[in-house]
Amino acid sequence: MTAMFESGVDKAMPMPSAPGALEDTHARVVLDDWERRWYGEPRFKYELVRSYEEAVFALREHGEGAKALAGGQSLVPLMNLRVLRPSALIDLNGIVAIAPQVEGGRLSLSAMTRYSQVLLSELVRCQTPLLTAAIAYVGNVRVRNRGTIGGALAHGQATSELAAVALALGGEILAYGPTGTRLIDAEEFFVGHLKTDLRPEEVVTGLRLEVAQSRQGSSFTELARRSGAEAIAGVAANVTLSPERDVIGGVRLGLIGVDERPVAGDRTILSSLLGRIPTPTEIDDVAAEVTARTAPVTDSQSTASYRRRLVRVLIRRALTEALQRAEERASAE
Amino acid sequence: MSLQQVTLQVNGVAHEISVAPDALLLDVLHDQLGFRDVRYGCGEGVCGTCTVLLDGEAVSSCLVYAVQVEFREITTLAGLLGEDESLHPLQETFLRLGGTQCGFCTPGVILTAYGLAQRMPRPTREEIRYELGGSLCRCTGYTKILDAVESYLENRAFASEEARS
Repeated sequence: MTAMFESGVDKAMPMPSAPGALEDTHARVVLDDWERRWYGEPRFKYELVRSYEEAVFALREHGEGAKALAGGQSLVPLMNLRVLRPSALIDLNGIVAIAPQVEGGRLSLSAMTRYSQVLLSELVRCQTPLLTAAIAYVGNVRVRNRGTIGGALAHGQATSELAAVALALGGEILAYGPTGTRLIDAEEFFVGHLKTDLRPEEVVTGLRLEVAQSRQGSSFTELARRSGAEAIAGVAANVTLSPERDVIGGVRLGLIGVDERPVAGDRTILSSLLGRIPTPTEIDDVAAEVTARTAPVTDSQSTASYRRRLVRVLIRRALTEALQRAEERASAE
Repeated sequence: MSLQQVTLQVNGVAHEISVAPDALLLDVLHDQLGFRDVRYGCGEGVCGTCTVLLDGEAVSSCLVYAVQVEFREITTLAGLLGEDESLHPLQETFLRLGGTQCGFCTPGVILTAYGLAQRMPRPTREEIRYELGGSLCRCTGYTKILDAVESYLENRAFASEEARS
């Protein structure tokens, strides 16, 4: 592909005219390079901003085709493949991230915090072990060094480990826009395939998660085709025991890869686990019922029917482990 | 074309160049500045052949635009060479233990391992494996790569103990 350009005949190369040619990624990239060389214009305008105010201003100024760029580990691959062609990139990397903090029983993460900062943070490991466990599954070391909390949330991928944790730990997403700051519940944030509740001129500024309590246990489990590859499906579970007796007082599930968006496990079904310690069979029954309420899709990673079988197993494992950990912590009191 | 003047700090040398805002760091390093040790593999951040260290941390240069890294410290494999272009001990260990065959993935693998070595004094084999999980190699079968990194870290720990005593 590049050899063609290096031979110096690139300008004489005819534009691919067959409509089918554009469906091929390579043809798309070749055509895009050809256009760029022919017209000599960069594919997008670039603006570096140093605050969220500047970012929102720039997003308004550049209009509809503008995209906010955080770590770029999801956005730039899509741009390299010419799946996305924003007219302007508003680079948020000039905004300094505040280190993870705990305030009022919640772990507060700044949007531009890199995955690796979260993974290596002792505070995060102690306060939200579920987050540390889940982020260990994210991409590879280069993705974690560059990818950000805010970027991952705004991208809204159906298989985002961070989204699963946000759903299991009562996450709240902070968004800043022309009308000020908005707090969005994680369960209302993810609305569709790569679609979030975020408005075009809004940017994510942070995430808040409930910190682990003494009578609580959590577990994250996922299956991917290769280590570091996108998950086929994954489950984050958080189980709380009642304050007085050793029975389940609260249970939450964050599910990824089971729908076109990250979803929470059905509350009504999970509530059947409350007030008792379920047997392994009962846990499996609940896992089956929660799975029945999901709508897995068939894509390049897996088929819907395989996902349905897989998710049930993952829910069972995650619930069992979370419950076991909760009981261990309660007995250590 | 609307070019932007940027100063890229690569392997301790400042390069003042004009780049388009949509030029990837990978393309600028390889095509414009001639660093042949930074290689295009997948363009999606999956394979690791375009790895560079950005202020000491491994990143995919195919997912960063050159305009984003002005004044940041960029290290390519060539940056690990000694003053007389002598090989870095990590490179020597790779050669000695067969951690490299065709060599296409080697710069990325060595830089990633170097980044780990800077952060952790004595990682376990499992930790090395986790760190290198994002670097694809189609020749070695990985075992010899892990052996080489492990051996380098052992020797380094031994040498620093010697120096202390």
